[in-house]
Amino acid sequence: MTRLAGWGGVPAVDARERVGESLPEVCRPASLTRGLGRSYGDASLPARTGAIVASTRLGDRVLAFDRVAGVLRAEAGFRLSQLEELTRPAGWVSPVVPGTRHVTLGGMVASDIHGKNHHVAGCFGAHVRSLVLQVADGRELEVGPDRESELFAATLGGMGLTGHILEVEVALLAIACPWLVIEVEPAPDLGALVARLRAASRTWPYTVAWADALSRGARLGRGIVIKGRWAEPGEAPATSPLHSRVDSRLAVPCNLPSWVLGPTSVRIFDALFYRAHCWSAGRRVVHPDRFFHALDSIRDWNRLYGARGFVQHQSVLPDEAGDERIVRYFETITRHSGASFLTVVKDCGAEGRGLLSFPRPGISVALDLPMRGAATQALVDALNRHVLDAGGRIYLAKDALTRREDFAAMEPRLAAFDAVRRLWDPERRLRSALSARLLGDPA
Amino acid sequence: MKIVLLGATRGMGRSLARLCARRGDAVALLGRERDEIARSARDLVALGAGAVAQGICDLDDPARFGPALAAAADALGGLDAVVLSAADFARPADLDADPARAVRLATRNFAHSIAFLEAARVRLLAHGGGTLCVFSSVAGDRARKATGIYGATKAGLSHYAVSLDLRDRPRGLRVVLVKPGFVRTGMTADLPVPPFAGEPDAVARRVLRAIDRGWPVVYAPPIWRLVMLVIRTLPRFVMRRAEF
Ligand SMILES: Cc1cc2nc3c(=O)[nH]c(=O)nc-3n(C[C@H](O)[C@H](O)[C@H](O)COP(=O)(O)OP(=O)(O)OC[C@H]3O[C@@H](n4cnc5c(N)ncnc54)[C@H](O)[C@@H]3O)c2cc1C
Ligand SMILES: NC(=O)c1ccc[n+]([C@@H]2O[C@H](COP(=O)([O-])OP(=O)(O)OC[C@H]3O[C@@H](n4cnc5c(N)ncnc54)[C@H](OP(=O)(O)O)[C@@H]3O)[C@@H](O)[C@H]2O)c1
Repeated sequence: MTRLAGWGGVPAVDARERVGESLPEVCRPASLTRGLGRSYGDASLPARTGAIVASTRLGDRVLAFDRVAGVLRAEAGFRLSQLEELTRPAGWVSPVVPGTRHVTLGGMVASDIHGKNHHVAGCFGAHVRSLVLQVADGRELEVGPDRESELFAATLGGMGLTGHILEVEVALLAIACPWLVIEVEPAPDLGALVARLRAASRTWPYTVAWADALSRGARLGRGIVIKGRWAEPGEAPATSPLHSRVDSRLAVPCNLPSWVLGPTSVRIFDALFYRAHCWSAGRRVVHPDRFFHALDSIRDWNRLYGARGFVQHQSVLPDEAGDERIVRYFETITRHSGASFLTVVKDCGAEGRGLLSFPRPGISVALDLPMRGAATQALVDALNRHVLDAGGRIYLAKDALTRREDFAAMEPRLAAFDAVRRLWDPERRLRSALSARLLGDPA
Repeated sequence: MKIVLLGATRGMGRSLARLCARRGDAVALLGRERDEIARSARDLVALGAGAVAQGICDLDDPARFGPALAAAADALGGLDAVVLSAADFARPADLDADPARAVRLATRNFAHSIAFLEAARVRLLAHGGGTLCVFSSVAGDRARKATGIYGATKAGLSHYAVSLDLRDRPRGLRVVLVKPGFVRTGMTADLPVPPFAGEPDAVARRVLRAIDRGWPVVYAPPIWRLVMLVIRTLPRFVMRRAEF
């Protein structure tokens, strides 16, 4: 038995993990497949202790890379870090990337991840041309936008509940130059932050904002807006950016005692983080990893939160709900002195094809919350109340504490997703701790 | 470099083959399952291998060793290195109830491995020399309760590799003896992970450096040289009690 947990460390479940190079074989008896466990909560954990979970970490072969058309096909355990190393020198990058390079293609599909370019590029699933899926009865199917399209749509953002993803084929993004031009603009308060973020997205392909979740009053939600685009040749060094070592040297060696990330030290960490990454105002050319995966420079940073772990909460508040709603959302965060050290704000673009995918037009807010039992649950409940009132939704890849009734109320799309599962997996062989908690699956 | 590998569909051998492919080497994959080899070959092509050849070769079938190596060398148009990373694994407890399994383990990992290496040695010498890289194990350095037949075959393999190095180095054969510690591959997936566990990619980086520079012995991860130094000095009464 192996103790499995997501990136936040809570909850943790003892499971029988199957690891091997041959994914069809590894997945067949499993109730769930996981990648590198970079989802934060319980999405990659089995519904009960002792259940079989397949790990794709050794199933990472490239099956084809068309350097002219920019199309890559690989086994589901192929990692984004490997993809970047292979394709970037050839002038291609992943069309959508998350904040870490340590994720698998399978995980990127199952969470239908979004990135700083969501407002122009949509989710990862929008670029997936085809998948090989092993469904609950063991059959292997090729699915895609025009093949078993309902099953395909349910698999994008379906958190592994529709089948084991064995292979992924994705259309890459062409770049002229492998460096990033970025511009950083400070914002004195939340209103300015959101306004500047939206304005930036009208002209920049990559945008995001970091807010200080501890300042109150007039400075509530102050922060910085970061914008980026791939450089034009001539604007950047002629050399290609070194591929950062996957095992970065700066590491957190063990779990820290849990007082370390108390409010005061969060403030210090915040200050250090902004400094360390020279996110001072202005325009410059940077290494793509620094822009896309800043946190990867500190290996195992999740250990900063100690053995009690932490949870993430990410929601999107629709534009129709008005900006006043965002202010009240932030007030709730600061009132609970939740001590989130990084609050990430992003304007989302149009909804994609995935039946349960997270993004929809609106403002997304993501926080890290140190796990403090009932207090953390109360904060998540309070935040979800805002999400419900605003007609928004939460991101399953980041969730650990949302209640089933709240989720059901947020997700009118659940019926369509359930219908697909009833068709392909009537016995609910595929399930997870998340689906037991939020979808009422048996443990 | 023109390199032939037996056992590169999985584990450390796969990692090594991929490193070679990424720098444009010509690689021949030998193995026992045609489909797996074909899939791995696609991977190496995508990663940039200069050429990729495929051939069937099963440790259970020594008659094929010579022909398989000859065909691989022909396909690559030459031969600079041969790597044996294929091996069987079983714990002593798995073998108690199944004597036939024990014989298979001993045959594959020792007798047939040596037969393969002999065939490779002959081939390399015929090409004027080259590198013979053998994956043995720290399990062959000191007998422990858990090493059993597997450890014994690796002890024998290490012995053979060193002797070969002493004898054939003047004729242009360089032997690289790899002694992995615990490495997180499919072979060890069901075992509890001890301290100092390594990752296959990191081991492969070290092994490739050893092949390029002709190091005779590599421990990987390197810390295992020290660990084994200590374990080798432990008196037998301690080994009797030790549970590792
Ligand atoms: C620092 C950090 C930053 C992040 N930033 C972002 C971001 O900007 N945007 C964003 O969208 N996400 C972000 N994430 C979340 C992360 O991208 C997703 O959780 C992603 O799914 C993790 O990939 P993984 O391979 O580790 O999958 P896991 O975490 O192991 O699994 C995630 C889900 O996918 C399923 N799954 C994985 N592989 C398969 C498969 N082969 N077949 C079927 N189901 C499978 C699992 O069952 C589980 O439900 C971030 C995470 C971290 C730690
Ligand atoms: N992992 C460790 O901790 C560790 C420690 C010390 C030493 N070692 C040694 O290091 C080497 C590599 O180990 P690993 O962990 O990378 O192993 P692995 O992941 O199990 O891979 C073994 C490879 O050998 C091949 N193989 C097995 N039996 C074969 C046979 N009868 N004929 C042909 N090919 C066969 C397999 O091919 P198929 O695809 O056909 O199965 C596979 O490619 C082995 O010699 C092992 O004993 C490993």
